[in-house]
Amino acid sequence: MTTKLLTALLLGTSILGSAGLAHAEDVTLNIESWRGDDLAIWKDKLIPAFEAKNPGIKVVFAPSAPTEYDAALGAKLAAGSAGDLITCRPFDKSLELFKKGNLADLSALPGMENFSPVAKSAWQTDDGKSSFCVPMASVIHGFIYNKDAFDKLGIKVPETRDEFFAALDKIKADGTYIPMAMGTKDLWEAATMGYQNIGPNYWKGEDGRKALIKGDQKLTDKDWVAPFEELAKWKPYLGDGFEAQTYPDSQNLFTLGRAAIYPAGSWEIGLFNTQAQFKMGAFPPPVEKAGDTCYISDHTDIGMGLNAASKHADAAKTFLSWVASPDFATIYANALPGFFSLNSSPVKMEDPLAQEFVSWRGKCKSTIRSTYQILSRGTPNLENETWVESANVINGTDTPEAAAKKLQDGLDSWYHPAK
Amino acid sequence: MAVQARPKRPFRWHIAVFLAPAVLVYTAIMILPLAGTLQLSLFRNVDQHQVFVGLDNFRTLFGDPNWSVNFWNALRNNVWFFIIHMLVQNPVGVLLAALLSSPRLRFSAFYRTAIFVPTILSFVIVGFAWKLILSPLWGVAPHLMDIVGLRSLFTPWLGKEQYALTALSLISVWQFIGIPMMLIYAALLSIPDEVIEAAECDGITGLSQFWKIKLPLILPSIGIISILTFVGNFNAFDLIYTAQGALAGPNYSTDILGTFLYRAFFGFQLQVGDPNMGATIATMMFLIILGGVCVYLFLIQTRLRRYQF
Amino acid sequence: MSIATRSLPRTIGAHAILLTYTVIALFPVVLVIMNSFKSRAGIFGAPLTPPTPKTFDLIGYTTVIGQGDFFHYFQNSLVVTVGSLFFVLLFGAMAAFALSEYRFRGNTLMGLYLALGIMIPIRLATVAILQLMVASGLVNTLTALILVYTAQGLPLAVFILSEFMKQVSDDLKNAGRIDGLSEYTIFFRLVVPLVRPSMATVAVFTMIPIWNDLWFPLILAPSEETKTVTLGAQLFLGQFVTNWNAILAALSLAILPVLVLYVIFSRQLIRGITSGAVK
Repeated sequence: MTTKLLTALLLGTSILGSAGLAHAEDVTLNIESWRGDDLAIWKDKLIPAFEAKNPGIKVVFAPSAPTEYDAALGAKLAAGSAGDLITCRPFDKSLELFKKGNLADLSALPGMENFSPVAKSAWQTDDGKSSFCVPMASVIHGFIYNKDAFDKLGIKVPETRDEFFAALDKIKADGTYIPMAMGTKDLWEAATMGYQNIGPNYWKGEDGRKALIKGDQKLTDKDWVAPFEELAKWKPYLGDGFEAQTYPDSQNLFTLGRAAIYPAGSWEIGLFNTQAQFKMGAFPPPVEKAGDTCYISDHTDIGMGLNAASKHADAAKTFLSWVASPDFATIYANALPGFFSLNSSPVKMEDPLAQEFVSWRGKCKSTIRSTYQILSRGTPNLENETWVESANVINGTDTPEAAAKKLQDGLDSWYHPAK
Repeated sequence: MAVQARPKRPFRWHIAVFLAPAVLVYTAIMILPLAGTLQLSLFRNVDQHQVFVGLDNFRTLFGDPNWSVNFWNALRNNVWFFIIHMLVQNPVGVLLAALLSSPRLRFSAFYRTAIFVPTILSFVIVGFAWKLILSPLWGVAPHLMDIVGLRSLFTPWLGKEQYALTALSLISVWQFIGIPMMLIYAALLSIPDEVIEAAECDGITGLSQFWKIKLPLILPSIGIISILTFVGNFNAFDLIYTAQGALAGPNYSTDILGTFLYRAFFGFQLQVGDPNMGATIATMMFLIILGGVCVYLFLIQTRLRRYQF
Repeated sequence: MSIATRSLPRTIGAHAILLTYTVIALFPVVLVIMNSFKSRAGIFGAPLTPPTPKTFDLIGYTTVIGQGDFFHYFQNSLVVTVGSLFFVLLFGAMAAFALSEYRFRGNTLMGLYLALGIMIPIRLATVAILQLMVASGLVNTLTALILVYTAQGLPLAVFILSEFMKQVSDDLKNAGRIDGLSEYTIFFRLVVPLVRPSMATVAVFTMIPIWNDLWFPLILAPSEETKTVTLGAQLFLGQFVTNWNAILAALSLAILPVLVLYVIFSRQLIRGITSGAVK
């Protein structure tokens, strides 16, 4: 009642606004995204490629900053002003939107058959019956290193943890380079580039992750505390004042050639290629003994879904089918080296560093980040707490055991897996 | 809102006319939407339906350690944030205004303009610029401290639990000092010359003139500043958010009510927003601020002596 | 006129304090602007030196200017800010006058009601406001922003202005009434000119959060045509977070227009303040 009255009131003032609802014949689709970095690629490569094949459909890529994306999208969806196409975060964030009826069911979308069950798992209901986002890309963790620095100091690429720390000691002793470029100011670096990067080798990838979800393992178990213990050992190798070093600081430290090793996500490749003036290489997280099975975090990171309230659902579905096609996968993976296609048809990539990362899929076992599926549904939120605790462990304000205990206690307070 | 005439007088339409535009716009765009949000604190989402739960959410906020620990931490930090503003921002603001208002001070227009500059900058700029300055990578702060021989005192303040909140409070003071300065300056200028001349005839000059004559006259303005600082500090959010992120690190040491509320209401990363708990926190913030404002309006403001010139 | 009683040391002391604080206030701004004209190596190598011919580089600015129509964003910000300011001052002064001048039942209550708004962040009402705007077709218009900012600015304006209006002499107003002036004339002709200094102060207060707001432009008017300069700069920061050349250039471009606007406006502001002080 009051809303109606207010609406009428406001309608009166809308003359001032752009009442020009020019009904062009073209359908225009808006994409909501947090990937501001990709603006140029969408504008210059992806959208023209789609529009050339589908006359009559115009696409606009409208990103917002990553930190505001979820809140802004939530508000727009609730009010009905969100774009037609929604870029999907993996797992619960998108699942929540689907449950609220904001995202449409895409199980029957032509093109979905191009993805393996694993690829689709990040955007499915728990029973796996409905899919609601087209998988776009995954990212792989590892370490990027300054090849020139390694050559100069005569360090060979470490395969075991002992070799890894020996290399760090050598770089530190030499003093030309900061051994490792990582800061704890932004918290997530410590968790994502640290804990989730080296962790899978300890908790044995999917085995450990699933056991944790089932309740067979606890975060206070040896395999889950051990990555924190290794992180605590990283502290002396980080740059001066790493507590206030932000993520961009770390990136600049490495690309300016001041640091030798960068705990990385593969998404860095594109930027590093343009900024670094030296040769770079990459290695997967070192294992305990040579010959051990290695595990890598190959995390399903980004997908695209359909706003259930879209007025142009058909055109949007046409677009999503194209996103699911090998065509899109090839353009996307090459324009953004380090975002690896989840499409079943193999994609040829040109970038050597990206090739190096993706080659680990052949020799190591892949897993996704341990905190993403199911375990971050309650309060306190396990992922966010892992950020805070990983930073605390590196800063030395919490012991590995204390950090693990806090995480497990938080999880216990709301998560009760059926035994 | 009984704008009713007293029995003897006819209805005074002009009062309604004066009030109407402000009340209408304000009620429609602000109060009704806010009321709609705050009432969510009495509900809980069960299977996508809002179910009335009475004060259960408040019980959760204060009874469940997962919420209460964070709430008290944020409140404590917020109080410290406010104390620093009251101890640093307002006295320094008054001092600057007093110096600026002294007659025949040269370059006063320049000082006035320059000192107000930080206040016109957006949080995005302030947060970013200070992060750069304090960044150990860029080395501006350590370098400057080296010049004055204090290099050893440099630590990565924004990354240390024990310093981060104080550092951010001081940045906030840096940004907002222009507001008390301007308000006091305006108040000092509106003191009539006759009053000052009379004081000078009685031989009251300089510092004692400030304490005995000017300060009592600008007390109402200092009252306004204090309450504005209080309200502003307990609603603060943007600076912490741009400088430290929504998790207000390290280890929640810079978490204030605004950032705590933001995380609860809108969610953050994998944490899904919970409008009901968010509204509960917002209601608490509202009550805290309302309490402060009432103390000001009914206890302090009514006792302040006002002088009409 | 007061007789000069101040001694030389006191004057020097005053200048020393003011000058020190001026340096503190301006240093970060100067640092950002100065470094925005340098090459990447120059920024990191010697952040405290002004650009030399060797380190001078405009690469940051070329990156920024190639990215978005900052001039257009600036126009949007200007329209929104000036529009909101006008309504806040007009409506706010009228309401403040009613509250401070007339005794009527519910006066205190009304004052409290109008002050409620400064106690809850309006950000919380986002969803409801957005629904309202969607329903009335105002999404992606500058009108939506002006409406929200007017509502947001009113509580503070009423709060401050009513405080100052209480200081306006009753004799003056009563003299006006005896001369047969209407209440409206008394307000517009007698009271408003007298409270001009506080109006100017309120204007500055109101202007800053509006100009610098990020949230409502993002939610209510994120389209390219209605983007404000703060939103444009923020998106840009997100996009080029490691490119310090571009960042510093974008920050400088966001600072400069406000700075210019402020320097122009500050003359008016001070004239307002001083004219109010001269009786």
